[in-house]
Amino acid sequence: MNSQKVVEILHAVSKKIEEEKDFLTELDNVIGDGDHGINMARGFQKVEEKLDTLQTTDIGNILKTTGMTLVSTVGGASGPLYGTAFMKAGMVVAGKEELTLDDFLACMDAAAEGVKMRGKSTQGEKTMLDSMIPALEAMKKAKEEGQDTPAVLQKGTEAAKEGVEYTKTIIATKGRASYVGERSIGHQDPGATSFTDILETICNCVSA
Amino acid sequence: MVGIVVVSHSAHLAEGIVELAKLIAQDCPVAAAGGLEDGSFGTSYERIMNAIESVHGSDGVLVLMDMGSAVMTTEMVLEDLSYDDIKMVDCPVVEGAVAAAAASSGGLSLEEVLREAQGAREMRKF
Repeated sequence: MNSQKVVEILHAVSKKIEEEKDFLTELDNVIGDGDHGINMARGFQKVEEKLDTLQTTDIGNILKTTGMTLVSTVGGASGPLYGTAFMKAGMVVAGKEELTLDDFLACMDAAAEGVKMRGKSTQGEKTMLDSMIPALEAMKKAKEEGQDTPAVLQKGTEAAKEGVEYTKTIIATKGRASYVGERSIGHQDPGATSFTDILETICNCVSA
Repeated sequence: MVGIVVVSHSAHLAEGIVELAKLIAQDCPVAAAGGLEDGSFGTSYERIMNAIESVHGSDGVLVLMDMGSAVMTTEMVLEDLSYDDIKMVDCPVVEGAVAAAAASSGGLSLEEVLREAQGAREMRKF
C-alpha cells in the first residue's frame, strides 16, 4: 500500500462516514449526546480538505495530519480519541512511503493503545475499543496463519462487527453513555460502529 | 497571578462560569474556552489553546473542564504546549473556578490554587 492508496482510503472513509452520519447520530441520540455522526462527518470533511493541500508521500505525515485535523475539528470525544489513534499510528510509520501488512497491524496496535491511554479505558466498557481490540486480535491471528492482506482485513472487519453486536449486551461505564447506565443495554455503541465502518472501508479499498 | 481557564462543551456555560469567578476576583485572569468555532456544542482544541495562552503569565495556569472530550482535548493541548506550569484539575467546575479565582487573586501559587479548586469537591451546599 503506497501513500496514494492511503490518501484514497482516507477519502473513502470520509465518504462512508458521511453516508453513515445520520445512523451514527441516531445511535448516539439513544445513549450519548447525539453528535457522533455529525462530529465525525465534520472532522473527516476537514481531513479531506487538508489532504488535498498536503504535499507529502510520507504516510506517517499523512496519518499524523489526519489525526491533528480530527482533534481540532471534531469537537466531541471522538476527536481526541480518533485523533490520538491516527497520530500514534502515524508515529509508527514515520518516513515510510509504502506499508506492508505488518506495518498496518503495527499502526492498528499503536492506535488501540492510544485510544486506551487517551480514554483511560479498556475492553468491555462499551466503547470503540470493543470493536477495535477484537478486530486487531483477529487480524494478527489471520496473519500468523499465513492469510493474505484482503483475507486478514476481512477477518478483522468480521470481528469488529461481532464487537459491535457485543456492545449491545453490556452496560456503558465510560463517556456520556455511562449516565444512561443499565438503559444502555440493547443499544450498540456509536464509537464501535464508526470504527467498524472505517475498517470495513479500508478492507473494501484494499480488496478492490 | 495564576491564570484560570474554564473548558466546557457550552460557550454560554464557560462564559457564565468566568463571569461568576470574576465577581469574586475581578483582577484574576480567567478565560473561557467553550463550544466550537461555529457556535455549536463541543470542545475546541484551538479555543482551549488560545484561552491558555491568553492567561499564561509567570505564575502558570490552572485548567478546569466539564467532562469527556473537554478533558481529553485539554490533555492534548497540554501535551503539545511544552509548558510545565499548566495544570488540569479534577473538580466541580463552577465551585472550583470560584475557589481557584479567589485563591489566585489572593496571590497563592499554582499548587495552592490547584488544592483550593480540589477542595471544592468537598464543599457542601447544606
